[in-house]
Amino acid sequence: MAEKSLKKRKSFRDLLMTSDGAISVMVVFLGFLCGTILILAVGRNPVGMYKAILQVLTGFNVDRQRFYVRYIGEWLAQSMPLILCGLSMAFAARTGLFNIGGEGQYVVGLTVAQMVALMGPQVPVLHWMLALTLAMAAGACWGGIVGWLKARFEVSEVVATIMLNYIALYGSRILIMRIPGTNTYKTPDYPTTALLDSSFLSRITHGSTLNLGIIFVLLSVLAYWFIIEKTRLGFGLRATGFNKEAARASGIPVVKSIALSMAIAGAFAGLGGGIVALGSFKFGRVLANNDGYGFTGIAVALVGNNTAVGTLLAGLLFGMLSSAQPLMESNRIPKEITFIIQGLVVVFIAIRVGFRIFLKYAASKKAKRETQDNE
Amino acid sequence: MLVSPILITATGGMICERSGVVNIALEGLMVFGAFAAATAHFFLEPVLGPLSVWVALFIGALFGMTFASIHAFASISLNADQTVSGTGINLLASGVTIFLSQIFFKQDRTKQFMLGMMPGPGGIYPTAWIALAVLVIAWFILYRRPFGLRLRACGENPQAAASVGINVLGIRYVAVLASGFLGGLAGSCLVLTTNTQFNSTTVNGHGFIALAVVSFGRWKPLGIAGASLLFGTALAFSIIANDYEILRHLPKEVFNIMPYAITLLTLVIFSGKNYAPLAAGKPYEKGSS
Repeated sequence: MAEKSLKKRKSFRDLLMTSDGAISVMVVFLGFLCGTILILAVGRNPVGMYKAILQVLTGFNVDRQRFYVRYIGEWLAQSMPLILCGLSMAFAARTGLFNIGGEGQYVVGLTVAQMVALMGPQVPVLHWMLALTLAMAAGACWGGIVGWLKARFEVSEVVATIMLNYIALYGSRILIMRIPGTNTYKTPDYPTTALLDSSFLSRITHGSTLNLGIIFVLLSVLAYWFIIEKTRLGFGLRATGFNKEAARASGIPVVKSIALSMAIAGAFAGLGGGIVALGSFKFGRVLANNDGYGFTGIAVALVGNNTAVGTLLAGLLFGMLSSAQPLMESNRIPKEITFIIQGLVVVFIAIRVGFRIFLKYAASKKAKRETQDNE
Repeated sequence: MLVSPILITATGGMICERSGVVNIALEGLMVFGAFAAATAHFFLEPVLGPLSVWVALFIGALFGMTFASIHAFASISLNADQTVSGTGINLLASGVTIFLSQIFFKQDRTKQFMLGMMPGPGGIYPTAWIALAVLVIAWFILYRRPFGLRLRACGENPQAAASVGINVLGIRYVAVLASGFLGGLAGSCLVLTTNTQFNSTTVNGHGFIALAVVSFGRWKPLGIAGASLLFGTALAFSIIANDYEILRHLPKEVFNIMPYAITLLTLVIFSGKNYAPLAAGKPYEKGSS
């Protein structure tokens, strides 16, 4: 009898101990639980939050008993930059770097894409392809600088990326405001050859902002997986992440790897910026403050445990939270609950190591008790 | 006016890192402190008059210390990755403060209070004196008292410290809570002297600038005093640059960029990794060697 219960307990605990995915799911669940408690504590009805989430995932509005497909489209559209910024942070993390510069790399990509859209050759398809490519390149440069500084001068990438985030934001304002015809918050409309719109996608989602960018997002996830798991470069990066000195001793060029890793990470975020610039808007924007996707990307990567599939799923999760905000507002739930859940998730993930220690302690206590019982 | 919050935060950061715990959450702690102080002052002002400014400062500091305890618990007791838990606090800070603003004030920022902190004689805000006092007290404790010596030992070699009976975990807790208190205090100073309300752009990266200050100042009190002066001046310059005719030709964002660019440049030139406390950032496990 006792043996059977021991076996059953063991398997659940084992799952938590060994599977990082299970921990992530548990952390998200805990985050939602705390969020629900918080909403209750301030006297609002948490059901409103879940109704909003349901509507975003399936389009089904519980109150009106109708499907609104547009919400699914918005959900996917919102997830796009989050997935990309998550990939950005995750890629650097695999090399052992903490890339919180996703925000700045995103802004740089966005700025370049806007500039190419307004000043580039108006050839269909090639126009936005050029814009996106240059956006990726710009993001790569912005990330690469940090990587180079870290590798060459041992500058902490944490502080360097944050400084570059602010520099990118203000620099973007300076550059965009120089484009003729721009006032303090928007530029002239883009030529239609630059837009990422797809009439097919808009039609099936009844007018959401879902655009061609989704193809590139999926390609990026694939590319991420391929580079990390299947190429020599990826192997070198992972080795550097696990143990820099051992990697160096094995002949892996550590300095180049760090710089390259940050550059590729920057490219992902830059692509995100480009897609948002050309997919979600019909004109360029003079950024007043950060869009925030870069910072949320950090949480996405952490929950996704720096894997391709995990980041994709986590990005969809956070995208869901984000696109549910207006619906939550109409159900009288302050939209900031999503930020709180995100923050809690990050803190909980950080203590995942501690959680394992707790599990080990509990397991050893139980085993001790059982051996004492058997005596 | 702008130097003081940076100096106070940097002092907190120095104490924390000297004990071996990296504290990226300084920015978030400042945000918490600023929010708490603005809210407290708004509510207390009609009741307490000018005294409420000081009460608000204290409440802000306490609020910062409360949230620093999360970071302390995660990093010290649960051996979490200190950078990650710090970033988590930063994300939490921006969320919780605006959430609470929505609850209390039905808007994304606190309601404006009437009168913040007023400059004293000579046009110098009282916060400057507070900052100087904090720095001197910190220097005194770190360098002239046994507790300070033990704290510094924990940062350099916690195993050696433990071998002579120093309670490493306890000291690290105190250091992180102290940095939370100071970070909250700094945030309160910032919001009470430069603004009449708290919003999401009040602490615009100042906490991270303080991090750079600690690094640039080589983790020593005199160094961070000088560094704070430098960065605070750059920040202030971006605000007053508009007054000078010649400088008006440049887009004003150039001056916004300057403090951050200078921070970056100094980090590069004075890459002070070799001056950091040796055991900073590494979780301490009892009994390991």
